Amino acid sequence: MTTAIQTRSGPFTHTANTVQKTMTAVLWALVPATLCDLYLFGWPAILLFAVTVGACCFAEALCVMAAGRPAASTLSDGSAVLTGWLLAMSLPPWAPWWIGVIGAVFAIPLAKHAYGGLGQNVFNPAMVARVAVLVSFPVVMTAWVNPHPLFSAGAPGLADAINITFGGKQPDTMSAASALGYIKTELSRGIPVSASMQHVPDMMDMAFGFRAGSLGETSALLILAGGLFLMVRRVISWHIPLTVIGSLFIMGTLFHAVNPERFTSGLFHVFSGATFLGAFFIATDYVTSPVSKLGQLWFGIGVGVLTWIIRNFAGYPEGMAFAVLLMNALAPIIDQYTRPRGFGRTRRGEPLPLNDKVGQK
Amino acid sequence: MRLFPIRGGIHPDYRKELASEQAIVVLPMPTELFIPLQQHIGAPAETLVAAGDLVKKGQMIARSQGAVSAPQHAPTSGRISAVTNAPAPHPSGLAQLTIILEADGRDEWAELPEPIADPFAATPQAIKDRVAASGIVGMGGAAFPSAVKLNLGIQLKLEILLINGAECEPYLTCDDRVMREHADEVVDGARIMAHALGAPKVVVAIEDNKPQALAAMARAASAYGNVEVIGVPVQYPMGSERHLTQAITGRETPAKKLTADLGVVVHNVATARAVRDAVRLGRPLLSRVLTVSGGAVREPKNIEVPIGTRVSELIAFCGGFNSEPSRLVNGGPMMGQPLPSLEVPVVKGTSGILALTPEEVNDAAPGPCIRCGTCVTICPCGLSPLEMAAFIRNDKLDAAARLGVQDCVSCGSCSWICPSHIPLVHYFNYAKGMLMEQNREERKIERTKTLAEEHATRIERAAAAKQAAMAAKLAAGKEKGGAAAEEKASA
Repeated sequence: MTTAIQTRSGPFTHTANTVQKTMTAVLWALVPATLCDLYLFGWPAILLFAVTVGACCFAEALCVMAAGRPAASTLSDGSAVLTGWLLAMSLPPWAPWWIGVIGAVFAIPLAKHAYGGLGQNVFNPAMVARVAVLVSFPVVMTAWVNPHPLFSAGAPGLADAINITFGGKQPDTMSAASALGYIKTELSRGIPVSASMQHVPDMMDMAFGFRAGSLGETSALLILAGGLFLMVRRVISWHIPLTVIGSLFIMGTLFHAVNPERFTSGLFHVFSGATFLGAFFIATDYVTSPVSKLGQLWFGIGVGVLTWIIRNFAGYPEGMAFAVLLMNALAPIIDQYTRPRGFGRTRRGEPLPLNDKVGQK
Repeated sequence: MRLFPIRGGIHPDYRKELASEQAIVVLPMPTELFIPLQQHIGAPAETLVAAGDLVKKGQMIARSQGAVSAPQHAPTSGRISAVTNAPAPHPSGLAQLTIILEADGRDEWAELPEPIADPFAATPQAIKDRVAASGIVGMGGAAFPSAVKLNLGIQLKLEILLINGAECEPYLTCDDRVMREHADEVVDGARIMAHALGAPKVVVAIEDNKPQALAAMARAASAYGNVEVIGVPVQYPMGSERHLTQAITGRETPAKKLTADLGVVVHNVATARAVRDAVRLGRPLLSRVLTVSGGAVREPKNIEVPIGTRVSELIAFCGGFNSEPSRLVNGGPMMGQPLPSLEVPVVKGTSGILALTPEEVNDAAPGPCIRCGTCVTICPCGLSPLEMAAFIRNDKLDAAARLGVQDCVSCGSCSWICPSHIPLVHYFNYAKGMLMEQNREERKIERTKTLAEEHATRIERAAAAKQAAMAAKLAAGKEKGGAAAEEKASA
């Protein structure tokens, strides 16, 4: 390999961009929303966050060492931290520690290294983990709490938090439903959307995060800000986020117009659940989304439409994780059908015809 | 004039300011020149001299052989000390047959061909003959014999001679300086070439990061209604023939066709100037302007260098290195080639010599592909570099060929932008070479098979003919015998 590098073809200059810089930018983009949410949900959330990220890094180190490679350089690319971070943001903030650890086991060894490590996995590791723990431990995974800001009255102190996270002392009196879950439950009891919507937090509260849900489901606006920051830094492009949010909004609006008793509005869909986290941070995962811009448009539309379908017709109130995983499975085939047109060639790969008389004598 | 967008491309750190304000200086004649017989695409030239011969400046010392070839001329007067194998400026570092000329310091001119006083009254053939005899090749780096390219006007109806002054490679400023300092000569040469091609219009395309060159060329062109100077966006690889043609005409050259099929022939600015010298002054191509630059060079310069000067002399002329260079490059940093040593000579296609520091090269061990897709977005040829590289790494060259690896122009944009430092172009060059070899091998097998089949049918035919002849002979003999018997009987 060294000789190959020595005598290789050009170019003999290179952009300053690296994988590490990309991952770091994504982490920075998550910081404001994360800090806000950790504040809102207090010490238990902080502990769970630390356990989940730590477990993912530890699992990554073990896997890399088992493959006979140095752990430090692989860990420094930041991808394991990012996976752990996104996983933690998709868990109920007061979930017990073992949810984070089991999630890490699904995310890193099973969803990532079993495929060959960074860049090789078909499915988004954080979403595989979230879905695996959700279907395995549905009760724990749907035990949402209302925000208990740090140091506020009624918020658990560090000692209480250790009991909640590590001692299995889930305060069941505090459980609450997420807005999507509430509407779904009410619908199943025969209460129309127009009635149950009266009881969900208003749109501004949802946007700022004062509502029950996972870390990443709340404070939609800070997530949005982080996503826009990534666009400005050109880490991600508009193609996936816009099509995810756009198709979800359009589906919601259309069906709400047809039957407002059965379907919630498009705006509600956009601001509830993990829409922004999914659109900006999960669906845009480089490894598991299509590589061409055209492919990304189709991928985003698929995620948006599937999310809407799952939210409205499937057993789970939130469908983003499932929708992303389903579209992950389609990404390779989308890639195949959305390759750019080659220079001087038709879409089918034939040389362009010399149709005009130009050049011919 | 309306410009058209080209797809993809990158914006590397151009670093042209290192050399762009350095006026062209003439290198003092070296004591020894090394003139390789192959400095161009096509067949190598055939030497006309032997050790001990005395030659004059401008004398032809090797003639072109074959349809695509170019002669070599002595860049100064002196004595041929040897015609032998010497290191050539090729990444392999292999030696090549080279004429070694010891300069006598008198720089005496040989008798040159008559200047063509009014090129526009001369026949296109006369211009092409002069260009061919002057050993002019494409000086943008490709080194394709220019006279062959001027022949395109014979079969095709051309509309535009596109003079390529884009100079989109970082660091290089030689074309910029030639345009700034010799604009009239470039415009004159371009008009002469357009006349030879039968192209009614000349367009000079220059990237917008060269405002002085644009101004100088516009001034030089203002006297002629059919010469237009256009600033094109700074976007690597704007200087690629097909992409520049698209930017100017909006037309996309079909795969496996030439820009000439669209009525556009592209020549470099330095080539235009060389053509002008050959036609107006009778001077063959003896020297060229090149850029010596890079962070490791003490005094970057634009130098007019006699062909055959060793790179080490250029480096010494530029004050040597100020630090150990991490990489020596022949040409620009994007599409140039690694320089095997400092002892190789400058040839007609050498546009730059770069000595780059480790920071400039910014090399790193390749990491895993994270499928970011940037290579797909920026590929100016509309390819999927990451997919092709994955196939090539697994030796699935046919699959890579189906994805169009042979359409890759090796511009290097994908390798440059890859955050994982994957040497994508290296993969593609390898695949292109292997596929070409496979193709050659297949054609050879096909040819052998046809020959064998032809041989078999020939043998069969011969055998059949022989048999028929025998049968005929036998029949004739029988008839004769029969006749004789009859005769006997009647007697």
